[in-house]
Amino acid sequence: MGAFLDTLVVPLLKIAVLLNAVLVAVTFLVLMERKVIAWAQSRLGPMRVGPYGILQAIADPIKLILKEDITPAKVDRPVFTLAPILSLVPALVVFAVVPFGPDPLYYVSDINVGLLFVISVTSIGVYGIILGGWASNSKYPLLASLRASAQLISYEIAVTMTLVSVILTTGTLSLVGIVEAQQEQGVWFAFVQPVALVLVFVGGLAETNRAPFDLPEAETELTGGFHTEYSGMRFALFFLAEYANMIVISAVVAVMFFGGWLRPFPSVEALAFLDFVPPWIWFVGKIFVFLYVFIWIRATLPRYRYDQLMALGWKVLIPVAIGNLVVTGVLKVLL
Amino acid sequence: MVDALVFWVLAGAILGLGVAVVSARSAVHSVLFLVMNFLLVAILYVTLAAEFVAVIQVLVYAGGIVVLYLFVVMLVNLKKEPERFSDPRRAARAGLLLAGAVLAELVGIAVVVAYRGAGVSATSGGLGSDTPYATGNTEQLGWVLYTSYLIPFELASMLLLVAMVGAIVLAKRHLGQIREADEGSEE
Repeated sequence: MGAFLDTLVVPLLKIAVLLNAVLVAVTFLVLMERKVIAWAQSRLGPMRVGPYGILQAIADPIKLILKEDITPAKVDRPVFTLAPILSLVPALVVFAVVPFGPDPLYYVSDINVGLLFVISVTSIGVYGIILGGWASNSKYPLLASLRASAQLISYEIAVTMTLVSVILTTGTLSLVGIVEAQQEQGVWFAFVQPVALVLVFVGGLAETNRAPFDLPEAETELTGGFHTEYSGMRFALFFLAEYANMIVISAVVAVMFFGGWLRPFPSVEALAFLDFVPPWIWFVGKIFVFLYVFIWIRATLPRYRYDQLMALGWKVLIPVAIGNLVVTGVLKVLL
Repeated sequence: MVDALVFWVLAGAILGLGVAVVSARSAVHSVLFLVMNFLLVAILYVTLAAEFVAVIQVLVYAGGIVVLYLFVVMLVNLKKEPERFSDPRRAARAGLLLAGAVLAELVGIAVVVAYRGAGVSATSGGLGSDTPYATGNTEQLGWVLYTSYLIPFELASMLLLVAMVGAIVLAKRHLGQIREADEGSEE
């Protein structure tokens, strides 16, 4: 009975709590994005629903659920239906290995190839965009899916290369292990691997199709890109997936470079009073900061041109990632 | 018992998806079945306690190579239902020959394995006995790759590098010709 509880009931409960937390967080993240961009542009943003527009986060999903879900006549039906699901599910599956705290209570599972699991599962998510664009049988979505596949492949190489150099520093692929390594070494890896941090964050922006890399959904040139033909709940699934992926990237960056659940300056004894804040709050706070940076960047930077995007990926990020890997390896052997 | 059941269900599904890959009429559907096939093979690796190989299978094949397949298919073949312009019987003879060769190879491997006994089974394998880092199969795999199998490993990476350089050289020459043609037409 105890084994049954440990292997089935407790994980299922954790998954239920986590999924609900993520999905609720996503709805409020949309509100946060609208508010922050509004402030950046000297506007107020949503103000009508609830105090300061807080209930907009509830109103939007209700609207999307109640809307008519149109399937255009010429689409490839099974693939058209499958695409939004394929886009959202990997984004949620990744949370299985994200450690919110040091105790097993705070994560669903700690597998010894955690980091690779994150990379590989997120790499499945691109099928949603590619297939959604193709199945729509319409020219703008098709262009978007071609862009998405080329973009994802290019930036995935750079990000994966960069993560290898971080793995060299930690000596483990487990996300829990990576945070514990930062505790032992007494320093956030942001200070050990600053180049890697920039590369992973830029690559993360590109892989989540966020501005300035949002070419697959560029409104001005592709009328919304891969989700042009989608409406109602299926469109909402794409939307959810994008924001869930933002949370994933923020969580991975927080775990790998900013000590996950650790307090700032984990090696400085004088700051021990900061421990009164529970670890998971530190972690969620860090995720929140990166989400803000995501939105901030979207409000600030104009979109790249397609050839600039490819040039940045192949001629800058990948060589720098390889260089960083070599330097890390040499230092690791020498020191 | 459960392991055997899982294996047979997975094996059946993998074979079924393999048939679906070659029989689907739309190339994009073929590629989709191929992805599902790769994912199920990855699950098979997990049941063999080879998590690292499973994750790499998903990352490299399902997440990388097949995305490129899709890219090429979408670029080349935009029509939905391709008309059957080729006579399927023409390729049948070569196909039969190839299938026969693969079958012979599989039977050969099975016979050799059965003859040598259980010493080469996938789970107990040659790994792990003399590795100093026997903590997980990622470490074991890395250790074996960089000691016992160093030369094949490096040869494989050289081969990939040569293939990559070759592809770039071929593409570049093509681009150069186009540019020359363009310049020629302007003058």
